[in-house]
Amino acid sequence: MVASLDRTIATPSFTRRMADRGVIGVLAILVAGLAGYLLMPNNLALLTQMIAVAMLVLSIDLVTGYCGVATLGHAALFGAGAYGAGIAAVHFGITDPVAMTAVGLLAGAAAGLVSGFVILRAHGLAQLVLSIAVIHLFHEAANKASGWTGGSDGLSAITPDAFFGAFEFDLWGVTAYAYGVILLAVVFLALQILVRSPFGMLARGVRQDQIRIAAMGASSHSVLLRMYVISGAVAGVGGALSAISTQVVGLDSLSFTLSAEALVMLVLGGTGSLYGAMIGTVVFMLFEDTLSAANPFHWLTIVGALLIAVVLFAPKGLYGSAAAFAGRVRRRPA
Amino acid sequence: MKSLFEVRNLNKKFGGLVVTNDVSISMAPGDRLALIGPNGAGKTTFINLVTGNLQPDSGDVTLGGENVTRLGPASRVHRGLVRSFQVTRLFQDMTPEEHVALAVLQREGHSGRMFGHYSGRAEVMDEVSAILDRLGLFDLRHLKVREIAYGQQRLLEIAMAMALKPRVLLLDEPAAGVPQSETARIEAALASLPADLAILMIDHDMDLVFRFAKRVVVLAAGTVIFDGLPKDVTQNARVREAYLGSYADAGSAA
Ligand SMILES: Nc1ncnc2c1ncn2[C@@H]1O[C@H](COP(=O)(O)OP(=O)(O)O)[C@@H](O)[C@H]1O
Ligand SMILES: [Mg+2]
Repeated sequence: MVASLDRTIATPSFTRRMADRGVIGVLAILVAGLAGYLLMPNNLALLTQMIAVAMLVLSIDLVTGYCGVATLGHAALFGAGAYGAGIAAVHFGITDPVAMTAVGLLAGAAAGLVSGFVILRAHGLAQLVLSIAVIHLFHEAANKASGWTGGSDGLSAITPDAFFGAFEFDLWGVTAYAYGVILLAVVFLALQILVRSPFGMLARGVRQDQIRIAAMGASSHSVLLRMYVISGAVAGVGGALSAISTQVVGLDSLSFTLSAEALVMLVLGGTGSLYGAMIGTVVFMLFEDTLSAANPFHWLTIVGALLIAVVLFAPKGLYGSAAAFAGRVRRRPA
Repeated sequence: MKSLFEVRNLNKKFGGLVVTNDVSISMAPGDRLALIGPNGAGKTTFINLVTGNLQPDSGDVTLGGENVTRLGPASRVHRGLVRSFQVTRLFQDMTPEEHVALAVLQREGHSGRMFGHYSGRAEVMDEVSAILDRLGLFDLRHLKVREIAYGQQRLLEIAMAMALKPRVLLLDEPAAGVPQSETARIEAALASLPADLAILMIDHDMDLVFRFAKRVVVLAAGTVIFDGLPKDVTQNARVREAYLGSYADAGSAA
């Protein structure tokens, strides 16, 4: 029964350690960012929006992939960040892009606290329904508070300052894109540290067995609520980036549709992995862009077919399945 | 001796089935108590009731003089009441080292740390290694739980309970599923625990029970039918009847 005993455990390889520390991920983000700039120079607005949505998908991954809470209302956190940054700029004259990002982060964290508090009251299906109720309530609140949010017309005339007084937010969106790539790298690094920390381990434990967590003397509820706040901060940064780059915030940023699409992107890429969240976003949004241009009527059909194929044949998502396959190949004796 | 852990008049019904019937058990520091009884007697339910995993219909649980009956499981663990599970509850994609480290960090109040790796603190890792070593899991410490044998998972279950440094330790069939060759490890590990720790162990292996216990409680159909010294238990008429009865039932059911 101790067949595995003779498998000696070497110290982790250099690449493994670099991957664990997020160095490889950050490099990959920077390289992909540069590649995007070189390959699609006329589409930087789309790429920037992709980065903003990737942060939403990462934030869903924190609560869904790592902690096991299913939610269809997570755009509430993204929208809170977008409106937070937009309102700060339009109504309070906070137009420094970094300050706007900070406001978005705080607004997202606050929205995370509120919606986490509500959603974590329930479990299972009731939890999912509560998350839908939350997104509708946020949406309706933003619609009603039109003095602040512009209601259904959206909040426009957001004019961020030049970066450090030097880099204007130009028509081509180079500055916003570069800022987005850097923000994503920073967020990724922070999350990589988080998921590797003792708290990250506890979160994975909460997903797997809350009775065991309690038997260790830890509180699942407290872990989940803290993760919701962090998740809100991440989604809020994404929302702020969206507000800064598009210079408008609309009610669609607080919508059920965005919540659901972001969850689909996560499942597509693979839950429980930061890479999966980012890859799912990129694949989905590139698909959406190319297919909707080629065939505006049937692109959703194709996305649906793709999703069915992934769920049936690669249930761990694109990244998760590829990683599992790579792991099997590596372990196979030479 | 003053009692450290006291259960008074505990009752629990599942629907119409009485599973815990007016059970009172107390333990002093250093107690080594075996809780035995036929399958379905209500032993696991008793543990679930005292740890807060189930709410009793009536009765009280006190720990160090404090009534903990209304507290949740985690709060009872903070006060030193720790259990292991009859059916292993572990995190399949984590390693034994991660399990024990998480338990030690949790005990020390550091499990909520959001940066740094669990292996970053030398004093934590020394303790983790010592616990793993004591249960013969050191060489397996970097494998995922799903990659190790069930018997080894059982040992890890005990390692986690030990890592929490309990005052009262409740072990639900720790040796079930552990190969005979490894039960000595469990005994040695239990023997290495602080003398003032109170341990209640459920097990069906009577040899193990007799080596371990200074006191035996027998539960049958939710009722305590014996509470006394190990040497008296096999001669007790009610105990013999309970066991014979259940064997007779099992025989007729088969
Ligand atoms: N959650 C539950 N709901 C209903 N019946 C239960 C539940 N848990 C245990 N039982 C029943 O209670 C009785 C005692 O079970 P248990 O405490 O597991 O016994 P033991 O551990 O002594 O074998 C059994 O008849 C079992 O079927
Ligand atoms: Mg049992």
